[in-house]
Amino acid sequence: MRRDEADFAVVGGGLVGTAVAWGLARLGRRVLVLDEGDVAHRASRGNFALVWVQSKGMGMPRYATWTRLSSDSWAGFAAELARETGVDVRFERPGGFSLALGEAELEKRVAQIRRLHNQPEMVVDNGFEVVDRARLDAMLPGLGPEVAGGVYCPFDGHANSLKLLRALNEGLRIAGATCLSSCTVDAIAPVAGGFRIDHRGGVAMAGRVVLAAGIGNARLAPMVGLRAEVRPQRGQVLVTERLQPFLRHPVVTVRQTDEGSVMLGDSQEEAGLDETVGTPVIATIAERATRMFPLLGRANVVRSWAALRVMTKDGFPIYERSAAHPGAFLVTCHSGVTLAAAHALHLAPMLDAGALPADFAPFGARRFDVPATA
Amino acid sequence: MFRRLPEALSAARVVRLVVDGEAVEAREGDSLAAALLAAGRVACRTTPVGGAPRAPYCMMGVCFECLVSVDGMGSRQACLVEVREGMRVETQRGARELGR
Ligand SMILES: Cc1cc2nc3c(=O)[nH]c(=O)nc-3n(C[C@H](O)[C@H](O)[C@H](O)COP(=O)(O)OP(=O)(O)OC[C@H]3O[C@@H](n4cnc5c(N)ncnc54)[C@H](O)[C@@H]3O)c2cc1C
Ligand code: FES
Repeated sequence: MRRDEADFAVVGGGLVGTAVAWGLARLGRRVLVLDEGDVAHRASRGNFALVWVQSKGMGMPRYATWTRLSSDSWAGFAAELARETGVDVRFERPGGFSLALGEAELEKRVAQIRRLHNQPEMVVDNGFEVVDRARLDAMLPGLGPEVAGGVYCPFDGHANSLKLLRALNEGLRIAGATCLSSCTVDAIAPVAGGFRIDHRGGVAMAGRVVLAAGIGNARLAPMVGLRAEVRPQRGQVLVTERLQPFLRHPVVTVRQTDEGSVMLGDSQEEAGLDETVGTPVIATIAERATRMFPLLGRANVVRSWAALRVMTKDGFPIYERSAAHPGAFLVTCHSGVTLAAAHALHLAPMLDAGALPADFAPFGARRFDVPATA
Repeated sequence: MFRRLPEALSAARVVRLVVDGEAVEAREGDSLAAALLAAGRVACRTTPVGGAPRAPYCMMGVCFECLVSVDGMGSRQACLVEVREGMRVETQRGARELGR
């Protein structure tokens, strides 16, 4: 049985946990990451890898600002990771599109994005543009006849999220952090000077603890006086064989990766912890993608998978410090790739300072206490 | 490297293919992969990342090493395609082009 001591224990080694942990380690903190291991339901291994801004923040303008800050921080984040670890996570921000099949979809999409941007507290201008078919044809190749138009945002991009997870792990190792796998945390107890954490591999003492265990947070949070009402939401993805580069801009459901394969995604299904792939859903994904880019119909699909998103009731992140045990923090979100730069470069210093700034109040879990009205 | 058995040579009719613009003779009933090997065209593609040459390997549809373009359709498994008179075959350099 091992005993570890650290300034910070981070529970969860997905993209959220490792980004925060790396951010703390680069500030010189002694960091311990405890992860359940490869048996886990892990969104970080099955996501679509967009760094996505355009649709974020309807109902919470603070989230739009935070997302944009992350997008703006991503290039520096990727460069630092490459310098420190030698892993290029292939971040690019050429601007991204959402495409509408038919006029009705386009009207709906444009109305949504206008509503988002016309919110009174919307302080950030995310530069979105409604693009008609003629201009789309100049920016995207081989569009199908049904594509009526789209929405473009210059701050949308993408990365290789598997390389990102690898770079963060490598960066943690280089910074001297301890990352333990197959060490599911069973209990966290506030003790004098910090927290005692009992996990499958032993026990750890840490001055502070950050809960970043994805859907596992729901069980852990009450142990330190926090609440994390998160649920799994399934998403399915198809991947084609590698193709010559043809699609420079990521589209929200179709993107060509740095290695040439094309990812087609991704559904939003309420299916509990069920991670199986279902033909009706992937058929719909493929059908929509080929209506957007008919030539994709000739590409071979080589893999498909399902993975579980980590969802709060309103879809926004929770960043919260425990009132009862102020050394304990909760971090959860559904766009852990997009927000990785913000988590590493901006959130980690806040956690290190020991408090979240006043303007983080909208991200607190207390928002869920307001009874929902019809 | 590969030689046809004499029995196979005498029994089957000749089928003519065009491989990378050149005439190649095969035998009726050949899989395209077998025909390419028998004609001495061993490397049928190069890999998308490293650009390394590849040849048909398993000859039964599981390894995907034998990808070629057949009559304008890329990434066909040559071991699962039977030769036809006049078939146009192109070896694949790196990743396939979308639409080919
Ligand atoms: C289909 C799909 C598409 C997506 N597309 C995008 C996208 O395009 N852009 C984007 O930004 N985001 C996307 N996401 C979301 C993104 O993947 C997640 O936000 C991110 O991976 C969440 O990371 P996480 O670390 O919170 O959770 P996870 O990756 O689920 O990791 C949680 C970790 O906690 C560990 N854990 C759980 N319980 C315990 C315990 N008791 N003790 C120790 N460890 C524990 C697990 O082992 C796991 O490793 C997508 C997700 C899905 C499913
Ligand atoms: S040789 Fe293996 S799939 Fe064709």
